[in-house]
Amino acid sequence: MSADLGRILQRAQDLSCGQDAVRDKVVARLYQEAESLAREVVLTEKPARDWDSTIDDILTSKRYGYPSMLALLALVLWLTISGANMPSQLLARFLFAVEGWLSSLFLLLRAPDWLHGLLILGVYRCLAWVVSVMLPPMAIFFPLFTLLEDLGYLPRVAFNLDAFFQKAGAHGKQALTMSMGFGCNAAGVIACRIIESPRERLIAILTNNFVPCNGRFPTLIAMSNIFLGAAALNGGSILAVLLVAGLVVGGIAITLVVSRLLSSTLLKGIPSHFALELPPYRPPQVLQVIVRSVFDRTLFVLWRAVKVAAPAGAVAWALANIYVDGLSLLSHAAGFFEPLGRAMGLDGVILLAFILGLPANEIVIPIILMSYLSAGAMLELEGLPALRELLLANGWTWVTALNMMLFSLLHFPCGTTLLTIHKETQSWKWTALAALIPTAIGVALCFLAAQGARLVGLF
Amino acid sequence: MKGQPLQPLLRFGIEDADSPVVALAGNPNTGKTTIFNALTGLNQHTGNWPGKTVVQARGKYCYGGQEVILVDLPGTYSLLANSVEEQIARDFIYFGRPDATIVVADATCLERNLNLLLQVVEITPLVILCINLIDEARRKLIKIDFARLAERLGIPVVPASARTGEGLELLKKTVQDMISGKLKPSPKPIIYDGEVEGALHQILPEIKGILGDDATSRWLALRLLEGDETVLEGIQHYLLTDPPARLEEVFV
Repeated sequence: MSADLGRILQRAQDLSCGQDAVRDKVVARLYQEAESLAREVVLTEKPARDWDSTIDDILTSKRYGYPSMLALLALVLWLTISGANMPSQLLARFLFAVEGWLSSLFLLLRAPDWLHGLLILGVYRCLAWVVSVMLPPMAIFFPLFTLLEDLGYLPRVAFNLDAFFQKAGAHGKQALTMSMGFGCNAAGVIACRIIESPRERLIAILTNNFVPCNGRFPTLIAMSNIFLGAAALNGGSILAVLLVAGLVVGGIAITLVVSRLLSSTLLKGIPSHFALELPPYRPPQVLQVIVRSVFDRTLFVLWRAVKVAAPAGAVAWALANIYVDGLSLLSHAAGFFEPLGRAMGLDGVILLAFILGLPANEIVIPIILMSYLSAGAMLELEGLPALRELLLANGWTWVTALNMMLFSLLHFPCGTTLLTIHKETQSWKWTALAALIPTAIGVALCFLAAQGARLVGLF
Repeated sequence: MKGQPLQPLLRFGIEDADSPVVALAGNPNTGKTTIFNALTGLNQHTGNWPGKTVVQARGKYCYGGQEVILVDLPGTYSLLANSVEEQIARDFIYFGRPDATIVVADATCLERNLNLLLQVVEITPLVILCINLIDEARRKLIKIDFARLAERLGIPVVPASARTGEGLELLKKTVQDMISGKLKPSPKPIIYDGEVEGALHQILPEIKGILGDDATSRWLALRLLEGDETVLEGIQHYLLTDPPARLEEVFV
C-alpha cells in the first residue's frame, strides 16, 4: 500500500510542477477565505480605540523602540540603586550589632578562639554581608522586573531585538531565551529548547551567559553603587545607573557579535523563520507580583546564596587563618593568581573568588570580603561607605571596580548552568566551549581596560 | 483500516479509548488551556507525546452520563507541519480520528484564527468552532454574527468566555450531539484554482482506490500535491506498522 501511495506522490509531483507553487496557492486561498468570512460576520461598531496597538506602535516602532527599551531599563536600575542604599545601611548596622552580641556570648561561654573565628568571623560575617549587600537591591529589582513581565513587555523586547538576531545568523527566538537569561542563565539555557534547529539552539545556548543573571546583577549594582553611586559622590547614582545599563547593553552586543561569529564559522547555516505573537497588555496583579517575586526570586536567590555562602565563609576564614611557611593558605593561593589578576586590573583575591564562586555567582563578593577581612584588618563595617573604605584599603580603584564588573559579566557560567548546558547538548565539548568563550573574552577585555587605564596613568 | 480506531490512538499514547475522544485545537493565546481546565477540572493527566518533547495534556469529563476524553493539542497557527507542534496536531486529527475536534478561536482576532479552523475542517467535518474571549470582544465593541458564521462554515459555532464559564455548558452539549450523531456537520469544501483542482481530479480516484471513499481523501490528495512527505511517513507510522500489543512495548 505504501508503494502505491509513493507512486501517487510521484504522479502528484509531476502534475503539480513545483510543489512550492501549490502550497503557496493553497495557503493564499485559505487566507483569502478566512478574510472574506471575517469581513462578513465581524462587525466592529466604530474603530474602537485600541490601546494595545497604540502602545505597541510606540514601544515596538523603529524610532522609539530602542530608546524606550533603554529608558525602561535605566528606570528600573535607578529605582533599584537609589532605593537600595538606605535599607542596605540599616541592615548592615543591625546585623553587625548582632555580631557584637554574639561575640560577647562566645566570650561569656569561654568558647575557644578558633570556634569564634570560624562561626562568627567566618560564617556569620559572610552571611551578614550577603544579606545586607544583596537583599535590598533584589527586593526592589525583582518585583519591578516581574511587573514588566506581567505587563507583557518581554515579548516586545524580543520583537525589537528579533531583526538583530536574524542579522547575526541566529534564530529570532534567541531574543526570548536571552531575556530569560536575565532571570537565570540555567533557565535561559533550558528555554533554548523552543528553538528547533539544532544549529541555532547551540548558538543560543553558548551565548546565553553574556547577559547578567539574578546572581550577578546584585554584584554589578553593588559595585557601581560603591564606586560611583551616592556612597561615592553626590549625584553619582545616575552615573551608577548608566554604567550598569551600559554593561547590560554591552552584554547584548557581545551576544550578537559572538552569535554572528559562531554562525559564520563553527555553526554555519541559514536562519529559520518563526511567528511571534504579541500578547495583549494585561494590568499586572500587583500584590501577587510582589508576593511571587519576593518568594520565588528574592528569597530563592538569597537562600541559594546563603546556603553556599555559609560554608564558603568558613572555608575562606580557615584558608586565611591556616598558616604554612609563615603565610596563610589564602595568601598562597591569592599569590599564585596575583600576576594574572594584576595584568587584568584585578588582584589575586578577586580571581580566586571567581574560581571559588563557581557553584554560585552570588558568593563572589562575600568571598572577596572575607578574604580582605580575615587577612587581619578587623574593621567595624557599617554599610556601603565602610565597605568602600575596606576595598580602597586593599588597593582598589574605580578601574578595579570596573574590571570586576566586566569580569562578572564575562566569565564562565556558574556550575548549575554548566551542568544544564551539558544536559541539553549532551556534549562536554560544547560545555567546555560555553565556559571558554566568555572567559577568554572577559580576560581579554579586562586586560585591555587595565592596560589602557595604565597608559593614561589612572591605575 | 477503518474499524480499527484503537490502533492509531494507541500510537498517540491513549490507552483507554473506550470513551469518545475529543481533540482541542487552537492558536496560542486563545484561552485553549483555560477551556481545557474548565472542562476537565482536576481530572487531568500530563505527559509527553510519544517520542516527542512536546507536552500532551489530556483529561476527562462527564456529560449526560457519558464520559469524554479530551486531548489538548499543542497551540498552533496552522497544520502545515512546519514545526513539531503543527505536525503533532495534524497527525492527531488525521490519524487519531477523534470523535469531534473543538477549535478554539479568539473573538478579538477572528480572521487570524479562521485560518487554522479552515485547515481542520479540510481534514474532518466533525468540528466545533468555539469562539472564546467574547467578553473581551464585547469590551472592544466587536460584534460577531455567530449564526451566519455557522451557516457559512456548515459546522456548529459556540461563543464562550472560559474565564467566566459562559458558553461551556452549550459547548459540552454540542460535543455530545456530535458524538451521538445527532448533529451532522456538512462543511463546504474550499475550491482552489483551476490548475490545482485539475490535478486533484486526476489523483483523487487513485487515492480513493487505495484508501476507500473517504471524506479525508481530498485533504490527503492536496498534501501529496504539495509534496508533503511527512504525511506518507505518518501513514507508514500510524496505519501500516503493527501496533504494539501492549503499551509497555513502546517504551522498551
